[in-house]
Amino acid sequence: MRVHLDTEKCQGHNRCYALAPELFDVDDYGQAMLIGDGSVPAELEDKARLAASNCPEYAITTTD
Amino acid sequence: MTDTANEKAAPEQEIFYSPEGAENWEREVYDPAQYGPVSDWATDLDHADPEYNPNAPEIWKELRESGCPVAHSDRYGGMWAPMTHEFVKEVAYDTDRFTSRSVIVSPARPGDLAPPAPIGVAPPISSDPPFHAIARRLLLPPFAPKKIEPWEGEIRRLCTDLLDKMGDITPGETIVDAAVQYAQNIPVNVIGRMLGFPEEDQELFLRFVHDTLEAINQPAEVRQGGFQKLDEYITARVQDHIDNPRDDLTGYLLNVEIEGNKLEIEHVTGSIILLLIAGIDTTWSAIGSSLLHLAENADDRKRLHDDPEVMSFALEEFLRAYAPVTMARMVAEHTDFHGCPMKKDDWVLVPFPAANLDPLAFEEAESFIIDREENRHSAFGLGIHRCLGSNLARLELQIAIEEFVKRFPDFELAGDVSWSVGQIRGPRVLPVRILDAAT
Repeated sequence: MRVHLDTEKCQGHNRCYALAPELFDVDDYGQAMLIGDGSVPAELEDKARLAASNCPEYAITTTD
Repeated sequence: MTDTANEKAAPEQEIFYSPEGAENWEREVYDPAQYGPVSDWATDLDHADPEYNPNAPEIWKELRESGCPVAHSDRYGGMWAPMTHEFVKEVAYDTDRFTSRSVIVSPARPGDLAPPAPIGVAPPISSDPPFHAIARRLLLPPFAPKKIEPWEGEIRRLCTDLLDKMGDITPGETIVDAAVQYAQNIPVNVIGRMLGFPEEDQELFLRFVHDTLEAINQPAEVRQGGFQKLDEYITARVQDHIDNPRDDLTGYLLNVEIEGNKLEIEHVTGSIILLLIAGIDTTWSAIGSSLLHLAENADDRKRLHDDPEVMSFALEEFLRAYAPVTMARMVAEHTDFHGCPMKKDDWVLVPFPAANLDPLAFEEAESFIIDREENRHSAFGLGIHRCLGSNLARLELQIAIEEFVKRFPDFELAGDVSWSVGQIRGPRVLPVRILDAAT
């Protein structure tokens, strides 16, 4: 699985950082950043889906 | 355009460009005395009618189900209110058609009270692009998650102090007011501490908030007088920080720079007004509504107490189901919105709380599901004006609920609830009987 972040859509709700801190970090302005290259280890796939399905701005997507 | 994407400032003349004709006012003056109670929510909506906030979820449902996705009113000189998630989102995203020049509906002409967009009276909430991104970028760092997290201990101490102050509790007998004795004191104390304002001024902050958000149908002179007192107070506090510099949020605003220049003093005071007004009533309402829900729902009360881990989902469900904040916009130019003939300067309410209960956007939208896993709620707004203080508000709400439930594992509603009036919805009087108290 891969996780994708559209930084143009991100408005800094920080839901992804709260739900999946292994996959997302936030910068000094509270904008989301991907940790690493977006590849998701098997044990974090649920967290990646959770982050995607809780982003109010639809800025996060996952692909298999 | 996101704030991050807008790092490069536009040339100065464009930033401070004010749309042509912005100073002209094209609609009738609204006289509240000519209107009585609301006759019909679809065609005569008034969010400041005392019946609105106590019954808002039923009103939204009735409007949606009767095929009215956008309510209208002649009040306030002309006002619209989209009821679906889709339309609320569209208004929030479309900053060209819907200006933030004034975000609190009132009978006053915004031109009298607010400088024209793009700056506005309290940047960045009252600002439009491109200035908005610059004003917002200044305020984002002190409210970023990693700057807010360290406040946890202090907020927790504050909550336990407030619970201690309730005095001796006799389970089954003692009634406390969870709004007045608890919820309302938390945000006012926290934002006052962040700004470095004297603790004894908290009563004063609460009055300012009331004047701005609840007393909207007072005559313009009365409102103007209220704003003036607020402005004088903030100006004096800012001067005190200039004379005695210290490391707090006010100090941060005095020192932060745009392109090598410090902020104009009006920008500093405007930002502080925003933080004070926006940070208090809203969080207080969310805490109160959440405790009201728990007072009436024993299963959720028990689940939170027995399974504290559920809080990460419960917190978002409280925010979805009881979102306190309805924002407003003004129509920038005559426009057709899905068949609604909106005129320049008409108000548009942006009821994020109604969007959160739209069955087209949420499964079982009307049910409170304490461990709801998929929750794209818009309690903090959508688009470029996402609540700047959302990280702080979440932390306050979470700790306030945790500490209340820890101290009082069981409690029930013990009388009539009285609700706020206006765009911020929450209980102002909330009597609960304590049934069990931790010793």
